[in-house]
Parts: sequence; C-alpha cells; structure tokens
Amino acid sequence: MPRRRPSFALSLPRIGHTLAISRRDFLREAASVTIGSSLLPGTLLTRSGVPQRDRKVVVITFGGGARDQETFAPEGQENIPHLIKELIPQSAFFTQVVNRGILGHYVATASLATGVYETINNFASLPPENPTVFEYFRKDLKRPASDAWVVAPSNGFNRIGESSHRSYGLGQGARVILPKHLLTAATKGGADYEHLLRDNYETPFFAPEIAGNEFELEQLRAMLKLSVGEFKTHALTLSSPDELSVYIVRQLMRQVAPSLLWITMHDIDVAHAGAFSLYIDGIRRTDRLCAEVWQAIQSEPEYAGKTSLFILPDFGRDSDEDSAGNGFQHHRTGDAASRTTWMMALGPGIREGVIYDHALDSTDLVPTIGAIMGFTPSLVQGKPIQELT
Amino acid sequence: MLPSELKSEQFRGYPPLARKLATDNLATLRNLPLSFLPSLLREVIEYDYKFPAERRALDRELSNLASLSAGQWQEWLGDFAQIKMSPALEKFDWVNSPAQFVEQLSSHLWTTHQQDAFRKAATAYGNRLDATAPPENPPIPRLGITVVGQGVAASDYPLFRRLRSHGAYYTNVNPGGGLQTLLDFVAQRAKSHPISYAHWYIDGGPVAAYDSSLVCVSYQALEPARDLLLARMQKHSEAPGNGPENLRTVMAALRPSDLRLDKTIPDPVLARFQMKLLTEGSGTQIFSTTFAQWAARETLRRAQPLTLLVRFAPRQRQRPMNELLSVSTQKVDFDPQGSLIDADMGAYYNWINQQRLTAADHSAFVAWFENHKQAIAIGPSVPRGTLSNTATDLSKILSWTV
Repeated sequence: MPRRRPSFALSLPRIGHTLAISRRDFLREAASVTIGSSLLPGTLLTRSGVPQRDRKVVVITFGGGARDQETFAPEGQENIPHLIKELIPQSAFFTQVVNRGILGHYVATASLATGVYETINNFASLPPENPTVFEYFRKDLKRPASDAWVVAPSNGFNRIGESSHRSYGLGQGARVILPKHLLTAATKGGADYEHLLRDNYETPFFAPEIAGNEFELEQLRAMLKLSVGEFKTHALTLSSPDELSVYIVRQLMRQVAPSLLWITMHDIDVAHAGAFSLYIDGIRRTDRLCAEVWQAIQSEPEYAGKTSLFILPDFGRDSDEDSAGNGFQHHRTGDAASRTTWMMALGPGIREGVIYDHALDSTDLVPTIGAIMGFTPSLVQGKPIQELT
Repeated sequence: MLPSELKSEQFRGYPPLARKLATDNLATLRNLPLSFLPSLLREVIEYDYKFPAERRALDRELSNLASLSAGQWQEWLGDFAQIKMSPALEKFDWVNSPAQFVEQLSSHLWTTHQQDAFRKAATAYGNRLDATAPPENPPIPRLGITVVGQGVAASDYPLFRRLRSHGAYYTNVNPGGGLQTLLDFVAQRAKSHPISYAHWYIDGGPVAAYDSSLVCVSYQALEPARDLLLARMQKHSEAPGNGPENLRTVMAALRPSDLRLDKTIPDPVLARFQMKLLTEGSGTQIFSTTFAQWAARETLRRAQPLTLLVRFAPRQRQRPMNELLSVSTQKVDFDPQGSLIDADMGAYYNWINQQRLTAADHSAFVAWFENHKQAIAIGPSVPRGTLSNTATDLSKILSWTV
C-alpha cells in the first residue's frame, strides 16, 4: 500500500489554504500587490462602462499545470517574469482555485468549460456530457457559430467545443481549431515542422478519430485570410506547439474577432517525460505567450477596452513531498498541490493588483463568464465569483 | 468475486513463493475489503522477484493484518470498506491480475469522486503500519552519491540550490580523479558490508569500470531492451483505438523474456526490476536523465540500499514524441546543458527519496558536478547552509560527511 509521510496527512482544505497563503505572500513581495478584502462598489457594467453585449472574454488554460516552486515561489519567479511584472499588477489574482474533479487534462478542461466536474474518459474522443460555456453563450445570446472559438493543442481536444447534452450539442457550440492538426495537413508532416508537432508523453497513444466541429484546412484562407504557404512560412519561425496556437489565436482575433475565445496551452505537460529542463522551458514559454495574448487584446481594436482575460491552470502537479508521486513529473496523487491552483483576471472593471485568498472552485469560471457576458449557465455546479461580477 | 470467497487453489497461477505466502495467509486475505486487497496482492504476486527488504516489509504487513482485533480492523480498514465498488470491479479477475485491477480501481475512484476518500484511508493506513511495524534500521548509515553534468564544458546554472540549505556547498573541489574516487569509495563499502542488493551503481550512460561487489544498472546496457520495448509501443500506438491506459496494461503484462532481459541479466530479481524501470516509468525509455532519476527512486524505495551511486549522462534532445518513441538508426543528438538541469533536479529527488528511508537522520549524501569544482555534502556531521571556497577534494569531503 502507498506510504506517505505523516506530516502530509493534513486535510486537503487546510493544505490548500496554506498553499494559497504562500502564494499570496510570494506575490505581495514580488509583484507589489495588495490583499483584496472588500468588494468594489457597483457592477462590472457600471465600473467598466462596457455593455454586456459588447463584452468579450478570452480564457487561457495555463499549459497543463505548473507548481509554485517553479512559478510563484521566490525560486520560481525567474520562470514567469511576464506574469509577475506585467500581468499580475494589472489583475485580480485568486490564490486558491480548487479542482475537485478528475486530474486528466481533457476531462479537467472539459470541467472548466462546462462548470460541472465531468467524468468522461480522459483518453477517449467524447464530448463533455454537460453544456459548455460556448453553448450557453450562443443559445442565450443568439450568437453565430463564428462568435465562439477554441484553439486547443492536440487531437484529444477536438470534442471540447460542444456537449452531448440533449438540450444543446451538435452545431450549437464553439468552432475548434487544432493548430497541430492543421499544420500536419498543410505540411504533410515535413521535417522542418517537427518541433511544432511535439506532443506530450501520452499523446502519441491518443489518436481519436477527428470529429465534431473542427476547423478544416480549406477554411484557413476563407476565415483567417491565410494561405497555406503563408501559414507554413510563418510556422517555420515558431518554436513550439503553443507558439503555433498563439499565432492562430492572433490571426483569429484579427480576422474573426470572436467574443468568446478559449485557448488551451499544453507545452508544460512535457513534464510527463520526466525532463525537468523541458518542463521549465515550457513554463517560460507559456509565461511569455500569456503576455503576448494580453498585448494582442490591448492592441486589437475589436478587443481593446472591452475584454476580460482569465488565465488559470486546469490543475497543478504533484508535490515533491508526496512519496506516492514523482514530484513535478505527474499529477496523479490527488494531493493538495495537484488540486489547488490559481487564477488571474484582467480587464475593464476588474480591480487591479489585488489578491484574493478565499477558496474558489474550478467550476466557478463558467458562471462568472456568464455573469460578465449576460447569459445564464443553468446547469453548472459553481457560482459566479463576486469580485468579478 | 469478493475476498471472503477466496480459495487457496485460486493462487495456483502465482510463482512458488508468492503462492505459499498467499495460501499461508488465506484467512487474513479473506477478511480484507475489496478496495484494499488487490493492492496487497499486487505485491504478493511479485514476492518471488522482490528484494529482501521488500519481502520483509510484506511479511511484517501480513503479520500485522493477521493480528488485528475486530475493533482494530475497523480502525485500520473501515474507511477502505466504505469505498463503493462497481459490479464490474467485483467481477474482475483481481486474484490473477491485481495490477490491472488497481488501474481500473484508480479510474473508478476518480470517476466516482472517491479518490480523496481512498487517499485519506491509504495515508492513515500507511502511517499506522509505519508506527506499528516499522522497517528495520540499516546496519550502517546510508550513503547516496549523485554525479551530474557529464559532458558539460561550462555552465553558470546555479547547481544544488535546493540542497544547499541542508548541507555544505563546496566551490573549489579538485575534480581530478573524482569519479574514480567515488567508485572506489562505494566499492569499499560494499566489500566491508557484503549484503545482497545493498550497494548500487546506476549510470545514465555507459558504465565506468566498477567493482563486481556493486549491483549495476546502465541505461546504455539496456539499449537492446529499450529498442524492443519501443518497437512494441510503436506497434501499439499504430493500432486503432489504443490509448495510454491500454498501453499501460499491455506493458504491465510484459515479462523479462519479452525484452530478452532473461538472456542478459542472469539474476531474475534484477532482470524483472530493470524491466519494470522501462515499463512502469514515464520517459525512462527515451531520456537517460529520466531513467537515472527513476531508477534511483525505485532502487531506494524497493531495495532500500546502504549505498547508491547515481551518475547522470546527457540525454537526447527533445524531438516530437512519436519520433522519440520510435526505434531510430539516426545518430543521437545530445542536450548536455538541459541534461545538467534535469540531473540537478534528479540529485534533489535522490536525496528526498533517501530521506524517506529509515535512519534518515544518520544518512549522508554527496552530489558533484562531474569534472568541475562544485559539490554539496549533507550529513549529520555537516553544518547546514554553509559554503566553503577552500581547496579540497572528494576524498576529504567523503571523509567529513560519511
């Protein structure tokens, strides 16, 4: 039977709170932020002056989970200079976001997107069972398919855009772009592009049939105004799959300007192969790419001044202290470090440079987006985050 | 089937020592909850291939379980009994395939939101067992040595940062003959305390000349087995509908002969151990740094050695994962700088894993940047958080530390 050190027999909530306090203390020192203890007066509408119908939301899931030691702790801050120096001072930062669901990337991302802890097979090509934020958004606000998009890292996420729920589902969700799939189709897997087609350790064994509302190669030109040649040429200047995703995101923002845009990054999950240096490279790259997306939001006229950005990991990774795991490599133990993560929110009407310590749930994201954009996700388990609505 | 229905003939597929252990303890096994028993049988079925320390630990655990009163049973196992199982799990052949059952159980626990309850029960059980039937103390204090940075000409990476607060950091170590000094030192310990599987040398590349008193594991020596395994993994990935969970099941069913390890490693315990390093470790098939770290972890956890020397070697550069997992005839391109960072973290994990063993307060640990001047030493006689710029060598550091 698994053995664990006695000091880690503490309850999950208690350890989670301790992690949150540490995160807060690190940030107060590094990013000169204050502790948020009260709600701002008025609603997001009165504070921001942006009507709900004009608001846009961008969500970035932070790369497959990173631990405090490699990010917010003093020894890890060198890996996230953009988050620390640029984004956190402009954000409301929530130090304790607890994922109580299954710690697999697809199912956890599906849970984030539905506001319900999904129990679908992490390694199967299945849609979420509960309505996604994209379906609520489109149905309630009568928005077209072009107004909700997902850019996701690998084939495994091709069904994330819409659920199997009988009241929603087929044709009512988000368009999904899998940039690596697109690049493979465009280049036929040429040697010059191999570095952009990297998958995590498990993905080569994860090859569901492509189905769902996936973006097709021929639409590259029609919607993104990008020829296959241009796409291939630019791809040669990029260094990782997540860079490719952000390139597509920028093109999408410029040409289509969807109101609801979801970006799932995944470079960090190379950690499963056990090479610490590659995991750190992934964190640094994701840090830079998050800043680039925020800069794009600021510079694109369709987004500037009316967009809320949420950055959060789907979950954490195992701590070094739990002998059942192997430290940074996996997220299998279900310990507090792997369940307790963070979220930052930026945008008009959101208080800047403050930290909130109270516990949130991963499933609170969808109702919060609903409150910001003006739709009602009726089947979610979470609740709107008061500080953001 | 439920544990209460167990019969001795159901263990006829077990290897001889495992079968005897199971049948001798049949009454105890029948009394265990289904959420618990297959985890125990997963250990029992491997008994013939376990290291002496593991066998003793399993004997102690079974003896303790047999001694529990009804009240103690509730205290130790009651939370496991509360775990709700599915009919599919009850029908599973958990006697003959306990490892596969545990994989299915894990999936069931996550899906039914019982993972935290199981984790709590397992933590409490482990703590009680450690307190009631603690592992024996080693006859001499343990020594761990980790060598990092092979092939790195120069680096400004701040090495051993995570370890410095626990010991003395040396910045002016004479690197001449350093590796030989370490190998001679561990060989001397092996000769002085000749105990089976107690003194190990793990190399992430080709091995240096070493004394036969040491148990040796080499990433390079396992290349033929790795290639055979990668070919199987590749074949598996090409079959439609196969996912990582299925792959784990396939790999768990492999035997040393499937990788021809029975031909190259005469000791069946070591052959099986090295096969499991490749089949149970993520990334051990493709990155030598991952292999060396995982091999050290498993050696410490399972063999509980008195002496462990781990030498990291450069790993291959990152490439697309499906390419890394293919058997390649191309010349391997190495990443020494990245490997140094991997190994630095590996050194930290080696120390942590050593500290999980008994008598950790008396154990010693040394890590050295190969062919360079930096080293760290940790031990009961070493002042914590200290820095030495004085000229020294590894012989002296070992004499001060061990």
